[in-house]
Amino acid sequence: MVISAQKLVYPIGIRSLKRVNSDAGRIHRFIPSHVEHLIQKLQSFSLFYFFSQLALRLKQSIRSMQSVENLVTQIQGLSSSAADIAALNNYLKAAEDSFRSDSSRLLLFLDQLDPSKHSLGYLYFLRSLLVVQFIYFVFGVEKQGNFNCVLVCGDREPCVYGSITKERASTLVPIIARFITSCAPEQIRLASDKFITVCKRFKDMVMLLEAPIRGVGPMLSAIRKIQPSTEHLTTLHPEFLQLCLLSKCYKTGLSVLEDDIYEINLPRDFFLYCYYGGMILIGQKRFRKALELLHNVVTAPMSSINAIAVEAYKKYILVSLVHHGQFSTNLPKYTSSAAQRNLKNFCQTYIELANTYNTGKVSELETFVQTNRERFESDNNLGLVRQVVSSMYKRNIQRLTQTYLTLSLQDIANTVQLNSPKEAEMHVLQMIQDGEIYATINQKDGMVRFLEDPEQYKTCEMIEHIDSSIHRIMALSKKLTAMDELLSCDPLYLAKAGRERQRFDFDDFDTVPQKFNI
Amino acid sequence: MEAEDELIQEIYSKGDEESSRNRPIISGEQLDIEAYASLYQGRTKITRLMFIAEHCCDNASMQLEALRMAYDEIKKGEDTQLFREVLQKIDGRLGPNYTMDVAWCDSVDHRAEKRKKKIETELNAYKTNLIKESIRMGYNDFGDFYYAHGALGDAFKSYFRARDYCTTSKHIIQMHMRAILVSIETGQFTHLTSYVSKAEQKPEALEPVTVEKLRCAAGLAHLKAKKYDLAARKFLEVGPDLGSSYNEVIASQDVATYGGLCALASFDRAELKACSKVIDNVSFQNFLELVPEVRELINDFYSCHYGSCLDYLGNLKANLLLDIHLHDHVETLYDQIRNKALIQYTHPFVSVDLQMMANVFKTSVAGLEKELETLITDNQIQARIDSHNKILYARHPDQKNATFQRVLQTGNEFDQDVRAMLLRANLLRAEGNL
Repeated sequence: MVISAQKLVYPIGIRSLKRVNSDAGRIHRFIPSHVEHLIQKLQSFSLFYFFSQLALRLKQSIRSMQSVENLVTQIQGLSSSAADIAALNNYLKAAEDSFRSDSSRLLLFLDQLDPSKHSLGYLYFLRSLLVVQFIYFVFGVEKQGNFNCVLVCGDREPCVYGSITKERASTLVPIIARFITSCAPEQIRLASDKFITVCKRFKDMVMLLEAPIRGVGPMLSAIRKIQPSTEHLTTLHPEFLQLCLLSKCYKTGLSVLEDDIYEINLPRDFFLYCYYGGMILIGQKRFRKALELLHNVVTAPMSSINAIAVEAYKKYILVSLVHHGQFSTNLPKYTSSAAQRNLKNFCQTYIELANTYNTGKVSELETFVQTNRERFESDNNLGLVRQVVSSMYKRNIQRLTQTYLTLSLQDIANTVQLNSPKEAEMHVLQMIQDGEIYATINQKDGMVRFLEDPEQYKTCEMIEHIDSSIHRIMALSKKLTAMDELLSCDPLYLAKAGRERQRFDFDDFDTVPQKFNI
Repeated sequence: MEAEDELIQEIYSKGDEESSRNRPIISGEQLDIEAYASLYQGRTKITRLMFIAEHCCDNASMQLEALRMAYDEIKKGEDTQLFREVLQKIDGRLGPNYTMDVAWCDSVDHRAEKRKKKIETELNAYKTNLIKESIRMGYNDFGDFYYAHGALGDAFKSYFRARDYCTTSKHIIQMHMRAILVSIETGQFTHLTSYVSKAEQKPEALEPVTVEKLRCAAGLAHLKAKKYDLAARKFLEVGPDLGSSYNEVIASQDVATYGGLCALASFDRAELKACSKVIDNVSFQNFLELVPEVRELINDFYSCHYGSCLDYLGNLKANLLLDIHLHDHVETLYDQIRNKALIQYTHPFVSVDLQMMANVFKTSVAGLEKELETLITDNQIQARIDSHNKILYARHPDQKNATFQRVLQTGNEFDQDVRAMLLRANLLRAEGNL
């Protein structure tokens, strides 16, 4: 029983659906607490009579399942060569209905399969376990219990799932984790959308168990398995980075962020990837790279402003103050006009912060932060703002190194507005350790002696570094040429360019000459 | 080490010389208003006097003196509006001789009314007869009339209307000269340069005096636009032909002062010395003779006697602040000259003792350190301060390292830009596929 998706998207409450989709910045997912409960609710609405009937029928169809045994034997038989697996994929697709079974029974069958050998079959089983097929409710409760509901039925990959209990999740999580880590990449790529569904569901369950750290490892291997190359961005990237952020496994996140991404399918994935990635890099204090990712979000082409870009811009302002000690409100020319127009209005406080920073007075900055503390706190940026304040001390000390050869700690404390020479000493010491300035402290006289950058660009490491940079840039420029060639052969591009170049006159299409008309 | 000692010795001896050179410096005694006013004539004399009255509020006698002279001067003219203004400022403080002269006002106004009618009828007659030359004269008369009565805006309009009836280049220059005069009076310096250049486009009819006048006007325009370099060049070009012929706008003394200060603020040492520039410029020397203080301070600056140079500057300051054109620029010019002096002082040395430098510049070591700090931050002095031993060390940046640094940075930027660009292109394509 296949019902096309379009037919059954009920127009009421389209608003709610839109809200879910467009609200990309907030990644709430509306998961109904219980499907059964929802169906009951629906039945109480005469408006949804038809749909409740439909739901009942679907429930019946789930019960009347075919035997799954022969499916299992098929999977076991057809999991060796590549040709077999392709055939199996077709078979499984056709037999999708047979998976509608009791989850308890499916679980039993699952034991008969080996996730590393029968990855494809295993995947189909898992997916059926996790997805309440055919009925996905997207709902938003409006004021006074006024129910707005959209019922989406169909054979597409769903974006919203039925609910799941904690107990069930705790049994399923280890099974899926084992499957993800041991499955064969070439098999699961045949049904990558199903794999992604399973992984997403897995992530939800890990979150439900409030143990995001359990998902980090499997998700990383999932990404590695489903990526055609490291240049591809998958839908799993942002999910993985989110798990890393929640479990504070920043280092693991870095391994993915170090790859250069070029291929993108969904812009939303890219936005989230850059945003989460930026946050992880900020956590690791790798501000340069973080700035690059956040910059990508802010300047990405977009037709309308979105919440991710706004949040990213806020962090972008703060990070560029921490890292560069300055911020220019001018966005580059290629920034979309939507961003150029609106971003500043959403981030007024942050731009004021940057302006206060530019005055170079620590006390002013501190009072500004104090007065706007709540604002920063509600944006979860207070920590970063504190770093901005402390970076100002550093910036001022760095400026001193350019003008002074020696300076007493007392003078440093005075110029940089620190309370005591002791505090100044701590700051200078910290900066020397971090390699941000080159100096020696003479504790006897309380003097700091600033030195020049000892780097002479003579060492082997430096030459290797330069050499690798050159290679990297050469590779990049090759890529650029290839991209250019690819684009100039792109039929879409050619069609558009051709359409703009010459327009046919109306007469050109007049196949019957006038004179033949009688 | 020895060489360094010698150097230090040398500096010390020089410092001693500095302090022993206790030549009497012309003190900044109160501006002799009468002498000052005698340099000018016409409307500018009145406005300058009023300006002085306005800006020396702390010196009541000087203020009253200026107002008194302004009063006398206005009485010679026909501007009743200005007259009332001055009276308001005098506020009866100058005794019964300087009160409202209603009879004078009425007679002047009455005459003005009559004169205006006369010119109007004349102009109309010329217009009906379409005699170009006469119409031009008529408009000029109108302009003169308005100018005399203080309606500068109308005067300007009338002068400008005459432009359409100018037949010879001489007329055009005349017209522009009048426009320049009125614009200077009204303080509209933005268009001044264009009038000057338009007038200069007719070289065949330019008399030597007019050329000098135009240079003065251009110099003033540049000065007002804070382009001190250009202003200095224009003032330095002014030849001895000027004399007192342009004293309805500017006196020769002013040319010397403005030119000298602007040159100090914007030229480097070589330029100061060079022929046709300040010191070896024969014609400009003549101007400088008129204001010996400025001559002395330029020479001191050039020969590195910064102490006395700054003394002269300090003494001149009070008077310069009373100058109608220089008033707004004195602070900036002084700052620039001081910075120039600081830069020039440190330039030849590998190391400089801040204590001595502070003596020369008559400031404390801490203050000097602050000044040097800003100059170093602006990259005007390549040096670093040894605050412990109070010595300034010159710094020679390593070209090679700087280049390496820049190359790596540029590479990084390119890398980042290209990747971001590829990403954006792919994003656009992905959006197109949706």
